[in-house]
Amino acid sequence: MINGQYTDSPIYVAGAGIICAIGNNVGECITSFEHGAAGMGAMTYLNSVHKELPVAEVKYNNEELAAMANMPVNASRTALLSCIAAREALADAGIENIRGLRSGFISANTVGGMDKSEQFFETFTANRDAGRLRNVNNHECGSITEMVAEQLNLRDQVTTISTACSSSANAIFYAARLIRHGLLDVAVAGGTDALTKFTLNGFNTLMILDKEYCRPFDDTRAGLNLGEGAGYVVLVSEKVAASLQHIYCRFSGYNNSNDAYHQTASSPDGTGSYLAMQGALKKAKLQPADIDYINLHGTGTQNNDNAEGTAITRLFAPHVPRVSSTKSFTGHTLGASGGIEAVFSALSVKHGYVYPNLRFETPMKELQLMPETSFVKNVPLQHVLSNSFGFGGNCTSLIFSKA
Amino acid sequence: MKIYIHSATAISPQHSFDNVLEDLVTYNTNRLQVIEPPYKDLLDAKLIRRMSRIIRMGTAAAIKCLRDAQVEEPGAIITGTAYGCLEDTGTFLTKMVEQHEDLLPPTPFIQSTHNTVSAQIALTLHCHAYNNTFVHNGFSFESALQDAVLLIKEQEADNILVGSADELTDISYHILTRLDLYKKQESSNIELFGTNTKGTIGGEGTAFFLLSSTPCEDKIVLEGMETFYVSEKGALTPERISDFLSAHKLSVQDVDLVIDGRNGDVIHDSLYRSLQETIFSSVPIASYKHLCGDYPTASSFALWLAYSIIKAGKVPSSLLVKQPLVKRILVCNTYLNKYCSLMLVAKE
Repeated sequence: MINGQYTDSPIYVAGAGIICAIGNNVGECITSFEHGAAGMGAMTYLNSVHKELPVAEVKYNNEELAAMANMPVNASRTALLSCIAAREALADAGIENIRGLRSGFISANTVGGMDKSEQFFETFTANRDAGRLRNVNNHECGSITEMVAEQLNLRDQVTTISTACSSSANAIFYAARLIRHGLLDVAVAGGTDALTKFTLNGFNTLMILDKEYCRPFDDTRAGLNLGEGAGYVVLVSEKVAASLQHIYCRFSGYNNSNDAYHQTASSPDGTGSYLAMQGALKKAKLQPADIDYINLHGTGTQNNDNAEGTAITRLFAPHVPRVSSTKSFTGHTLGASGGIEAVFSALSVKHGYVYPNLRFETPMKELQLMPETSFVKNVPLQHVLSNSFGFGGNCTSLIFSKA
Repeated sequence: MKIYIHSATAISPQHSFDNVLEDLVTYNTNRLQVIEPPYKDLLDAKLIRRMSRIIRMGTAAAIKCLRDAQVEEPGAIITGTAYGCLEDTGTFLTKMVEQHEDLLPPTPFIQSTHNTVSAQIALTLHCHAYNNTFVHNGFSFESALQDAVLLIKEQEADNILVGSADELTDISYHILTRLDLYKKQESSNIELFGTNTKGTIGGEGTAFFLLSSTPCEDKIVLEGMETFYVSEKGALTPERISDFLSAHKLSVQDVDLVIDGRNGDVIHDSLYRSLQETIFSSVPIASYKHLCGDYPTASSFALWLAYSIIKAGKVPSSLLVKQPLVKRILVCNTYLNKYCSLMLVAKE
């Protein structure tokens, strides 16, 4: 049917790239963790009336990003961010003979070129024959992926996934499967999302945006802060990994389960989250006690943190591993969050990093969960689990393990 | 491992939901809209009211597909959509501009998310299984189909519900007209392939399939699928098509019917004219976009059509081609001459 023979062969993380509010590359992000420097602040680049809402912006305008990405200045900010992080990941992997290998780009985003579409609508709404067409030409999510795949010359498997806030975790998951089927040797996988008025206003109507800096897993939490960015890992087959100077870790487990409870809310007992974590453990052939650290989805909303915390307690108690939410630094980057947090998790396995959950003071009344509050290096971490849960009940968990 | 198609359902500008294709629905406009079936036997009345059109038709097609296959809970739900839920996206964008980001309603935002169709199917079925949505332009459906096949090959899941949904809205039709996708003059869909002018007609629709490694009564098999993205590598050539067939140990003589992706645009269709003169010179060819219009996931309608023809054992008159016995069909589709896909369906 489709060529290729599936084997459960090991998949390795060989490269990583990030751009987000706490850094323009992986190194800068780690420095921000060390200094406890969060990326949220007053809105500077996004042109919305809701200035009262803190956002975690990438600290460059589109002209600067276009120069960094080596792309046209009128490209969607989502594509610019994607290109910068994906290129960093590829360079980091340092695969010498990549042209002789089958290489793909599996990327995720939630609103495509919406930043440009909303500019178009400013004129179009009043006059349907007005508005620059080039601003809607790349509205589709897939166009963002195509632009970047072309820049990076990745052609063998190129596709786009959009499952709300779990999008890029599913992209990484899918990329690993393409390698296991023998359809790819190398995959750049992750996701991207720029801040847009559309998403900011959308989340605002749901009344889940905190006017203060977000406090994931704290009893006083009052919502999330939106962020932007892109995060990619380079996944390689066992054969390619053997030819490389350095690898980060093994990508050992993954699962996608659906909460099937409500379009936007999580079930009170976190059924989907529980099934995703349990399924990822099964795929990695691990027991709950094997997990040393969880990079939480941890958005800071009442509902998510309750559901996720309940699911973690059900699955892991009495031996709950270290947990923390890096969204307390980066904000919630939506379609990019799974990719960004996969990079953080891979670095945790490689270097023993445990990231602080900023602004955590009071444990949630219902749960005995105490997130980590300081940055620690060289912790022996065998297995790190990363959670990404989204609207539509889409729950995905990934596990990264020592190579 | 063989992939069997246990059932297929389509909601389209034709009476496809009831499998009636003998009576061609004619349109004298460049915008073909789906004929929505009565939903009351498939969806709860409250849901029908609450859901937007694309969500309603996608979910209903999925539920009907499961019923036809007599499957209660699928092993995975996968949807492809190029544009996602455009009506709600347009509503929210418009209100955001008109009301200066003030007092906006949450529902259009909630329902605008690209994964809403897959999510609502899961919610309706209380299905916790694997749930994914591909949003890759003219390959959205093909990507979803590939994921489904890979899951079956991994033996991770079986009885996979895979499909597509795309809607054409007032706004998107207007913008795509400005982008020169459609014909300048209003035309009739019956005469689409004789127009000799630039542009096509717009369409929309949803189609769902239940795939399994277990044989079904009809023994209809999805034998192969391949995509070609046209960049510098060039278009869909006779060589690529014969390579695809020989990879499945077949030649063009083994194909009883080709369903091609002609869309009535004189430039777009030159590819098909040259294929007809070369590799397909001895095979009957049916085109299908006069039935559903052109849209990024129209290939799912073509696959539904191929399945339906093989199941019925005859070609409906609306396809304007005669071929009494059809056991194997090659679907050869292109969207905007950029996204080419080949799909092979046969009776075992």
